[in-house]
Amino acid sequence: MTVLAVAEHRQGELRDVSLEAVTAGRQLADDTGGDLHVAVISGDVDAFAETLAADAVDTVHKVDYGDEFNHDVYTQAVEQLYESVGASKLLIPNTVNGLDYAPAVTGRLDIPLVTDVVDFDANGQLTATREMYGGKVETELDVEGSEFAVTIRPTEWEPAEAGGGADVVDADVEIDESQIGSTVTGFEAAATGDVDLSESEFIVSIGRGIDEEDNLDLIEDLADTLGADLGASRPLVDNEWLPKNRQVGQSGKVVTPDVYIAIGISGAVQHVAGMKGADTIIAINTDPSAPIFDIADIGVVGDLFDVVPELIEEFEG
Amino acid sequence: MKVLVTVKEVAQPEDDFEIAGNQIQEKFLEYDLNEWDDYAVEEAVQLKEENDEVDEVVGVTIGPERSEETIRMALAKGVDRAVRVWDDPMEGGENLDAHSKAEVLAAVVEEEDPDLVFTGVQADDSSLGATGVALADLLGWQWAAVVNQFDYDLDSEVANLHRELEGGVEEVTEVEAPAVFTIQTGINEPRYASLRGIRQAQSKEIAVKNLDDVGVDASAVESRVTLQEMYEPESESDTEYIEGGAAEQAAGVAEVLRDKGVAE
Repeated sequence: MTVLAVAEHRQGELRDVSLEAVTAGRQLADDTGGDLHVAVISGDVDAFAETLAADAVDTVHKVDYGDEFNHDVYTQAVEQLYESVGASKLLIPNTVNGLDYAPAVTGRLDIPLVTDVVDFDANGQLTATREMYGGKVETELDVEGSEFAVTIRPTEWEPAEAGGGADVVDADVEIDESQIGSTVTGFEAAATGDVDLSESEFIVSIGRGIDEEDNLDLIEDLADTLGADLGASRPLVDNEWLPKNRQVGQSGKVVTPDVYIAIGISGAVQHVAGMKGADTIIAINTDPSAPIFDIADIGVVGDLFDVVPELIEEFEG
Repeated sequence: MKVLVTVKEVAQPEDDFEIAGNQIQEKFLEYDLNEWDDYAVEEAVQLKEENDEVDEVVGVTIGPERSEETIRMALAKGVDRAVRVWDDPMEGGENLDAHSKAEVLAAVVEEEDPDLVFTGVQADDSSLGATGVALADLLGWQWAAVVNQFDYDLDSEVANLHRELEGGVEEVTEVEAPAVFTIQTGINEPRYASLRGIRQAQSKEIAVKNLDDVGVDASAVESRVTLQEMYEPESESDTEYIEGGAAEQAAGVAEVLRDKGVAE
């Protein structure tokens, strides 16, 4: 019952989720009584393999082809490695790139795929835990058969200790260039602007609960009064009510302030990924079951349009 | 040239809801067009408006009769006609097997023979995030997941696009058509349906097809992934709640802020 886990890197750096995938892969291998193989594809595979050769790993397979992620290369390499190591379980990071090849490779292997998994139990049949409805519920899914793939949510597993005694081998993989139909031509930084929220010590952040663009004045007023920087959740930036550099979350800024006040923010996982490192999280939301309260230190169940004016008054004296 | 866009009616629970068995009780659910699909529809409609060569935008959905109300919204926003696939074996809850859904969509794509397909990155309810890429590979087409900037060259049939990666970084990529693009929110500004659009949508066609019609065997829609349990996640935090009216709550927050030394 061999497990194949796939590492992820970008612009020369192995991403944190790779060593988390090693931990999750070890768990899966232990559950099913098998070996853990890790694939590292493209880029500086020698250096990456050294990090990935953790004691928890049996063998690291290097696929030295190209520099950056390309879904056609990954799809071909993972499909071939899965077959050649005799794997029956596949573990891929649930990232933008992971979701750019996992559905394709599992389609070709004809194995079921469960995405964004936060926990699993593979003693016997696989039961995978994942959220639905934007984190409002958790579900347990049973997966048919002994072969399957999961994509694991980042930061749900502890990273494995880097380096160790695992075997490192060159993978026996043939990439068919005629099957590569996409080309990565570069990278661009999306967020630029006057404020770098990753440096902020105090952030007042606003979400969908603001309802209308005109209401933003209230929150800007609060941020000014408190001397805090203004952040926002994704929908406000999508609506162009605030510039991209104000976006806190997975695809925006990762922030680590002393205090983070989340106002009218439900706390979707993509947002939480960007702000859970704050020392103190204060959440103001009308919905008592909003996921933001799961990570808040201080909770205020109330209407922001009632609470925020009172809060401004507290500091205006 | 033809563009196809997949749309899904999604259920969203109200703030307070109850679970019965392994489903949220129907009375606590509200139905709407999937947020990501709204952006996918806009991207498809804009492509048609900006290029005379694009003759038609066709919407495709998998859903029961109830979903037609939502599909009409897409028609009101400029989709020319829609195909809705539904059949008895699909009753009884959401299919959580992305490959199985892709089989059904692929059958419609093969029949419609579009040049490009737009889908949302994921659905609000199930959040699989996998159906679009599964569809592309099943068709033997190219694809790009999580597209937040899109430019299509009709002559070379190459899409120049950005994929939104984590941490404020975008990948710049060229993709050869035919291809499936999963569209991220924020890529455009989805329009509101105009009154005229809503009126016109009433006379646009929604072709209803069963599995036989699209040539998919019932076994293909048997999910290999089964929902066994649904529950509200237990809060792991020890959140301290500030009770009382707005003034008392504000005073409580103020005390915390002073205590932490971030505001005076």
